[in-house]
Amino acid sequence: MNHIKKECVAMLLAGGQGSRLYALTQEMAKPAVPYGGKYRIIDFPLSNCVNSGIDTVGVLTQYQPLVLNEYIGNGQPWGLDRAHGGVHVLPPYETAAGKAWYSGTANAIYQNIGFIDRYDPEYVVILSGDHIYKMDYSKMVDFHKEHQADATIAVLEVPWEEAPRFGIMSANPDGTIYEFAEKPKEPKSNLASMGIYVFTWAKLRKYLIENENDEGATKDFGKNIIPAMLDNKEKMVAYHFDGYWKDVGTIDSLWEANMDVLDPKVPLDLLDDSWKIYSRNPVMPPHYAGPSSQIQNSMVAEGCEINGMVDFAVLFAGVVIEEGAIVRDSIIMPNTIIKKGAVIEYSIVGENCVIGEGAHIGERPELIEDKSQWGVAVVGHNVNVSDKAIAPPKAMISKDI
Amino acid sequence: MASMGNVLGLIFANMHEENLPELTKSRAMASVPFGARYRLVDFPLSSMVNSGITQVGIITQAKYYSLMDHLGMGSEWDLARKTGGLHILPPYGRSDNGVYRGRLEALAGAAEFIHESGAEYVIMSDSNVVANIDFKPIIEFHEKKGADITCVYGTGVYDAERTSRFTVLGVDENDMVYDVLTRPSISGEVKPALNIYVTRREFLENIIRESECRSLYSFETDILQHKLHDFKICGYKYDGYFEIIDSMKTFYKANNDMMNRDVCHKVFSMSKPIYTKVRDVAPAKYGIDANVKGSLIADGCIIDGTVENSVLFRGVKVGKGAVVKNSIIMQGTVIEEKAALINGITDKDVTLTKNRTITGSTDYPVFITKGASV
Repeated sequence: MNHIKKECVAMLLAGGQGSRLYALTQEMAKPAVPYGGKYRIIDFPLSNCVNSGIDTVGVLTQYQPLVLNEYIGNGQPWGLDRAHGGVHVLPPYETAAGKAWYSGTANAIYQNIGFIDRYDPEYVVILSGDHIYKMDYSKMVDFHKEHQADATIAVLEVPWEEAPRFGIMSANPDGTIYEFAEKPKEPKSNLASMGIYVFTWAKLRKYLIENENDEGATKDFGKNIIPAMLDNKEKMVAYHFDGYWKDVGTIDSLWEANMDVLDPKVPLDLLDDSWKIYSRNPVMPPHYAGPSSQIQNSMVAEGCEINGMVDFAVLFAGVVIEEGAIVRDSIIMPNTIIKKGAVIEYSIVGENCVIGEGAHIGERPELIEDKSQWGVAVVGHNVNVSDKAIAPPKAMISKDI
Repeated sequence: MASMGNVLGLIFANMHEENLPELTKSRAMASVPFGARYRLVDFPLSSMVNSGITQVGIITQAKYYSLMDHLGMGSEWDLARKTGGLHILPPYGRSDNGVYRGRLEALAGAAEFIHESGAEYVIMSDSNVVANIDFKPIIEFHEKKGADITCVYGTGVYDAERTSRFTVLGVDENDMVYDVLTRPSISGEVKPALNIYVTRREFLENIIRESECRSLYSFETDILQHKLHDFKICGYKYDGYFEIIDSMKTFYKANNDMMNRDVCHKVFSMSKPIYTKVRDVAPAKYGIDANVKGSLIADGCIIDGTVENSVLFRGVKVGKGAVVKNSIIMQGTVIEEKAALINGITDKDVTLTKNRTITGSTDYPVFITKGASV
């Protein structure tokens, strides 16, 4: 088979469970989790690739890939259905040597050396499907070329008190990295690794094979590949990113990130035509705001039927809010029905749920005395909540109640 | 029984434009925006696709740029296929440099395409009727009746002004068409033709050839009316919602009809959806002063004012203190702060400047042309 050489191949690590999203990722991988009224998290790295001119993307899946695989399909919504390259879903596979799940981020790439080699790229861009951000990867690749680097790591300045949560890079004024510490208790720098890397493929390939052959070691970029390259004094540079970058790995951060789309002060412009975020669009008529509806400060997607009160909410496609229902400071995922008189406060309600009449999910923080008891309530996907049922703040509902 | 895979769909993109000059000045009838996110072609095209038809030709005559842009390769209608699929048929040059004078000439221009399809049946549709129609029972009816031509019609009560804009059929209790009246100006309960016709492909090819030799160009006059007794012409009654877009008034009414939840759910059925071009814009955003009641809002809209009983197309901006009432606002229009539009229709990319108020009346809505700044 004839493969056209590509300068760049992107590998998107989408195999993780996102276990800190609990009910929302019980049956779908984190990158498939809905975001922003009409997207799924993976739309951001995929759209960034396409807009950056990268047309060959491997998406490494492992955990509960069904929703993600179906969503990606042949890549047409992102313009990644190409004659040469395009998007390819890469699950773990059996070989003559045996079967092996992906045992770490580096191992996942290692097992797909064959895929990458087919395009004989100069550079490989490693991405994850965990964050909401817009980035032109081609500029990062240019930076990598200018510095004749072996590895370029995208970094973001974080507040010093947050630094212990990240992989921290210490860099010289010329950008070269001299030290790397994974979640350091006493950080020496506040440059956090974003988990976005550009590698010269020939070099990375070598390190992946060495790491794989190192029997006892973990197979992780942050824990193994980066330190190994640093130890061998490879040329590693820090590429500064300066824009909106939001982690969506916890319930609170997913909720905040969704609420951010309602905040005009947040510099993530989803309406910016010059850097479109593509997604698989629902085939639904425009949404209908009924005569008794009251909608403010919210985002509403196609196919919604709203007859209740909606304030500071993100409503995904096909959501029904019946009369007398109140939805505030909440996120309602696709095709969910909120029945008459139900009250949803500070919650995330998953896809295809039915919240019965008069039910009460979550609560406003000002009404809770003991603030440690307060948090965002979550109803997982495909859950039926019966009439008048109550789910307190911080609830995690994964089965019918 | 015919398989729907053996049926060719043909859509005439430019028929009846004289009825809607304001909206068809710079675009084909098929391209007229409708229902906040659609164009009129989406209805016959989606109906065909949902009925199992996989080859469709769009016969165009003029002003078809925005239509071609809208349809692309047909992927949104699942017609970007290896076999069959969507074909846009631009005008076929005539030796006397005229444009098509009628459906028969247009069909003559598409004769090769029709022949190459190898289809058993052909369904022809204009693009000025809003309806979500299942064509399968119509093909079955045509077969069962052994008809030469099947005409699809609806029923309704209309006044003389209205019937002066469309064709009315006389159909007897045996489903035989005994009369075809063009723009009759009669009032009462009539059977309007929905401009959808079924024939066998070979039969159609014969008509096209014969008409060419005899310099005939109007399907309605030269075939339906003059050959009423030579051919077996049957009428199929369509019972679902339909509206013929034949004036600004009916355009306004039909858009408003989409706000009726019952009608909306029938026309935009979940099991037989109306497909349209995807635009990858963000969902609609409501601001702190948004006050929307009884309206249809498309994606990309930014609403900071009052909207009542209106249809807002994609990317419409309603500023603080602005009021939109009983209006149809097309794509990209901006209603600036404290401006007001009541009983109006705006074409695309209109700007209603700060503090301006424009009022029409409910039976004569005021129309603002494409790109105008008022």
